[in-house]
Amino acid sequence: MSRLETRELVIDVPERRDGRALTLSVEPGQVWGVLGPNGAGKTTLLHTLAGLRAPRRGQVLIDGSPLAALGRRQVARTLGLVFQERHDGFPATVRETALIGRHPWLSAWQMEGGEDLRLAEAALERLDVAHLAERLVSTLSGGERQRLAVATVLTQAPQIWLADEPTNHLDLHHQSAVIALLAGEAAEGRAVMMCLHDLNLAARWCDHLLLLYPDGEACWGPARQMLVPAALERLYGQRLATAEIDGAPVFVPVR
Amino acid sequence: MATPRRSLWSPLVALALLGLAALLLSVTVGSAALSLSDVWAVARGEGSPLARTLILDLRVPRSLSAFAVGGLLAVAGALMQVLLRNPLADPYVLGLSGGASVGALAAMLAGLGGAVITGSAFAGAFLSTLLVFGLAHGTGSWTPSRLLLTGVVVAAGWGAVITLMLAISPAERLPGMLYWLMGDLSYSRTPWPPLALLLLICLLLLPLGRSLNVMARGPLQAAALGVRVRPLEWTIYLVASVLTATAVTTAGSIGFVGLVVPHMLRLVLGNDQRLILPACALAGGTLLVLADALARTLIAPEQLPVGVITALLGVPTFLYLLYRSR
Repeated sequence: MSRLETRELVIDVPERRDGRALTLSVEPGQVWGVLGPNGAGKTTLLHTLAGLRAPRRGQVLIDGSPLAALGRRQVARTLGLVFQERHDGFPATVRETALIGRHPWLSAWQMEGGEDLRLAEAALERLDVAHLAERLVSTLSGGERQRLAVATVLTQAPQIWLADEPTNHLDLHHQSAVIALLAGEAAEGRAVMMCLHDLNLAARWCDHLLLLYPDGEACWGPARQMLVPAALERLYGQRLATAEIDGAPVFVPVR
Repeated sequence: MATPRRSLWSPLVALALLGLAALLLSVTVGSAALSLSDVWAVARGEGSPLARTLILDLRVPRSLSAFAVGGLLAVAGALMQVLLRNPLADPYVLGLSGGASVGALAAMLAGLGGAVITGSAFAGAFLSTLLVFGLAHGTGSWTPSRLLLTGVVVAAGWGAVITLMLAISPAERLPGMLYWLMGDLSYSRTPWPPLALLLLICLLLLPLGRSLNVMARGPLQAAALGVRVRPLEWTIYLVASVLTATAVTTAGSIGFVGLVVPHMLRLVLGNDQRLILPACALAGGTLLVLADALARTLIAPEQLPVGVITALLGVPTFLYLLYRSR
C-alpha cells in the first residue's frame, strides 16, 4: 500500500499564474476524481504527479519520500499512469504492448518469463481484449486501444494508479467496467486518481474530488461536499439540472 | 517478443550461416575467380603463392571489413530509428556520414593520420547528430518531415564543405581523399578494429534491449515505465555516432545500409531490439559483403564503389517508406 501526497504543489502550466497550491493526500483505498474544463491542467497535474514533468513549486511525495529522490524505476514500480494520448511508433502486437508493463520489474539481463506473460494475459482478459492478443495495435479501434492502455498498467501492477480520462473512446458498458476495475483496485488497498469528463461517473465512483479551474484555482475534498451544483456550474460555465438515481446525484447540462 | 525465449536464437543462427556463406562467396569471386577447393587448400595452409596472396592478403581482409562496416551501419540505423520512432532515420540520410567524412577529410588535409582521423570523424558525426536532433527538436515536437528536411539540409551542407576541401587540397592528396566520398572498401587496411567494435557494441547493447523496446513507444511512456530517458538518449546518440564514424573511417561514406537492413528485418522478425540489433549486425554485414562482391565483379577487372550498389538498393526502399508514411 502506498500514499501519494502533494505539498504546496503548483503545476507548471505556461502563462498561468500560480493559483492555489495543492496540499492533499491520496490514501490507499481512495478513489479521487479530477474534474475541470479543457485546458484546466488535468493532464499536466497527472504528469507532474508521475514525475514526468517538473512542478513550478512544491513537492510530490510517495510514502513520505519526495518523488525527485526516488529513482525512475522505483517510481514505476509504485506508480502507474494510463496516458490519454498514445503514439504508434513501430508495429507491435497487443500482447507485446501489455507485456511492456513488466519493464520496471525486470533487471536489464532478464527476459520476460512465464509469470510475466501470465500477468499480461490475465490483464488482457480482465479488460476484455484477450481475443485481440495477436493483433497489431495500429489495427485496433479507439476503445480497444484505451482498454489495452489500462491492461498495460494493470500488468505493471502499481500501488498508485493515475488515469488520464480512462473512459475515453469507451462504449457505455466498458466505461462502467473500466471504472469498476479502478474502484476494485482501490478496494484492494491501492490509491487511485483519475481525470474525468463525465460528472456522473465521478459522482458514482469517486469518494474524493479535486476541481481544477482554468485560472489555477482549485478545491478538493470528499465527493459529497464537492458535488455542489453551483460549484460545478462555475467550473464548466454550464447550467446543470440535478436528479438522484440509485442514491447518487446525476447532472445533466441544460440550455 | 511474444514468447521471448522461443525465437531469439534460431534467426540469429540462420543469419550467421548466411553471413558465412556470403563471406565464402566473396572470397571466391573477383577479377580472378577461385574455386572453393582453392579456398579450402589455402585454409589448410597449402595452395599456390598467388592464391595465398589473393585470399589471405586481399580478399579475406576486404570481405571482413565489408562485413564489419555493413554491421556497424545497420546497427547505427536501427538505433536511430528507435530513438526517433521513425523508420526513415539513417546515418547517411541524416548527415552523420557527411559529418564524419568532413572530420576525416579535415584530419587528412592537416596531414594527420591513424587515430586522429577516426577521432576527427567521430567529432564530425557527433556534431552532425547534435545539429540535426537539436534543430529538428527545436521548439515543439519534431515531425518526420521536419527531421528529414533538417537531416537533408545538414547533409547538403557537409557536401559543400567537402567540395570546398577538395578544391583547396593539394593534387597529390586528392586520390586518397576521394575514396572517403565514394564509399569504397578497396583502401581498408585491417578489418579487426571495426569488427571488434561491432562485437563490443552488440554486447553493450544487449542489456539495454528492453529499455530500447520501451523507448520505441515514446519518451513519456518509457519514463512512466521506469526508463531514465535522457541518459539513454545520449547513450544512443553517442553509440550511433561512434558506429558511423568507425564505418566511415574504414570504408568512406556508404549510404542506405542503415535504412534497408533494419526495415527488412523488422518485417520478418518483429521489433524486439534484443533480436533486431544483433540481427542487424549480421544481416548488415552480409548485405555489404554481397554488395562489395558485386561491385568487384560487375565490370571486372574494373571495380565499382560499393556505395553505388547500396544506393541502388537503398533509394527505392527509402522512397517506398516515405511514400507509405504519407
